[in-house]
Amino acid sequence: MATEAHTEEGSALVFHPLDQFIVKPLFGDGPVQWYTPTNVTLWMALAVLAIVALFVIGTRGRAIVPTRVQSVAEVMYGFVYKMIEDVTGHDGVKYFPYIMTLFLFILFGNFLGLLPKSFTTTSHIAVTAVLGFGVFFVVTAIGFIKHGFHFLGLFWMSDAPLILRPIIAIIEVISYFVRPVSHSIRLAGNIMAGHAVIKVFAGFAAIAAISPVSVAAITAIYGLEVLVAFIQAYVFTILTCVYLKDALHPGH
Amino acid sequence: MSTETTATDAAHGAAQVSACVNEHGSAIGMPQLCADWMPNQVFWLIVTLVVIFLVLSRIALPRIGAVLAERRGTITNDLAAAEELKQKAVEAEKAYNDALAAAKLEANKIVADARAAIQKELDAATATADAQISAKAAESEARISEIRAGAMEAVTEVAKDTAKELVAALGGKADARAVTSAVTARLKG
Repeated sequence: MATEAHTEEGSALVFHPLDQFIVKPLFGDGPVQWYTPTNVTLWMALAVLAIVALFVIGTRGRAIVPTRVQSVAEVMYGFVYKMIEDVTGHDGVKYFPYIMTLFLFILFGNFLGLLPKSFTTTSHIAVTAVLGFGVFFVVTAIGFIKHGFHFLGLFWMSDAPLILRPIIAIIEVISYFVRPVSHSIRLAGNIMAGHAVIKVFAGFAAIAAISPVSVAAITAIYGLEVLVAFIQAYVFTILTCVYLKDALHPGH
Repeated sequence: MSTETTATDAAHGAAQVSACVNEHGSAIGMPQLCADWMPNQVFWLIVTLVVIFLVLSRIALPRIGAVLAERRGTITNDLAAAEELKQKAVEAEKAYNDALAAAKLEANKIVADARAAIQKELDAATATADAQISAKAAESEARISEIRAGAMEAVTEVAKDTAKELVAALGGKADARAVTSAVTARLKG
């Protein structure tokens, strides 16, 4: 994919739309071991710092009448809390810190990735797959712990005609196991595609004649990406809530 | 620029730090699919998630939850207090209206009493005045009739005298009795 981009048509046009996703060690040029501090580490740490700034430093006044930063934190808290309550019901609320962690990590990963020269941690399938499969395994475990064997009733439509039930069960099982894949690829794919498109338009900016069009297109796509950054965090979170609801209330 | 990558791939085996980056620092294939980098990403992701989770569950979320609960409590209390004050205001208004109605009733009673008393006095005074007036009128009438009688007598006297004088003046010898009867007859007529 990237090798195609490397075949230059002219010396002015240089496309490396995927170079922004390269993982580099922060110090030196050594190989990337599992423990090496890399740009992944840096941008995840920045997300942590931003979350701490917003949620810990911003709320340290514990004001009844909130400051601006505190009210942003409260709005995010209320947003996710209400989402869990609406989708999973009241017994889902005890998983609130976990879901909030996922939401904030993805949200800040997406938005920090929109800064120029940044590294977008959520554009990597390795990252989103850990998130997606993590949700899958945890939710499945919760389902079996809460309901034991009855959790498999999720796949057995007792209100469908008897002949159709095995077929529906097969479809349900397949769709259940596809969930983590779509869950993680949706996020990484959206973020990666948007960033790559911006980079491609940026490559065209080198040609003076079309650079105004290119800059306008970058601006437009950037606006879209701001939207996508929030929507993908929202979608990931609400799907997590839906899966959790299936685990808590497997009856249809 | 990188078309010769394949040619030099083997040559810079020592310099190349990753199978996913060529000698210009550009990506070979999708960096997302580079297996060399995945353990690193997964490791730091787990560290990050654990840190975020601890920060949120230990500090941030209980704090915000407490603030929101406190605010809700304050608002509920304020609303209850406002409701109570409103109730008090309604009660006060009712008391005021009651007092006003009682005062009005009292005032009406006082006015009626005063009016009755005045009426009584007035009636008494009127009766006295009427009695006095009728007494005075009777007295005056008596006087008037007395005066009228006196006047009649005087007129007769004067007429007789005048007639006698006139007769004397005209040279006649006045017969007193004739004159008197003539005058009397005249006066009667």
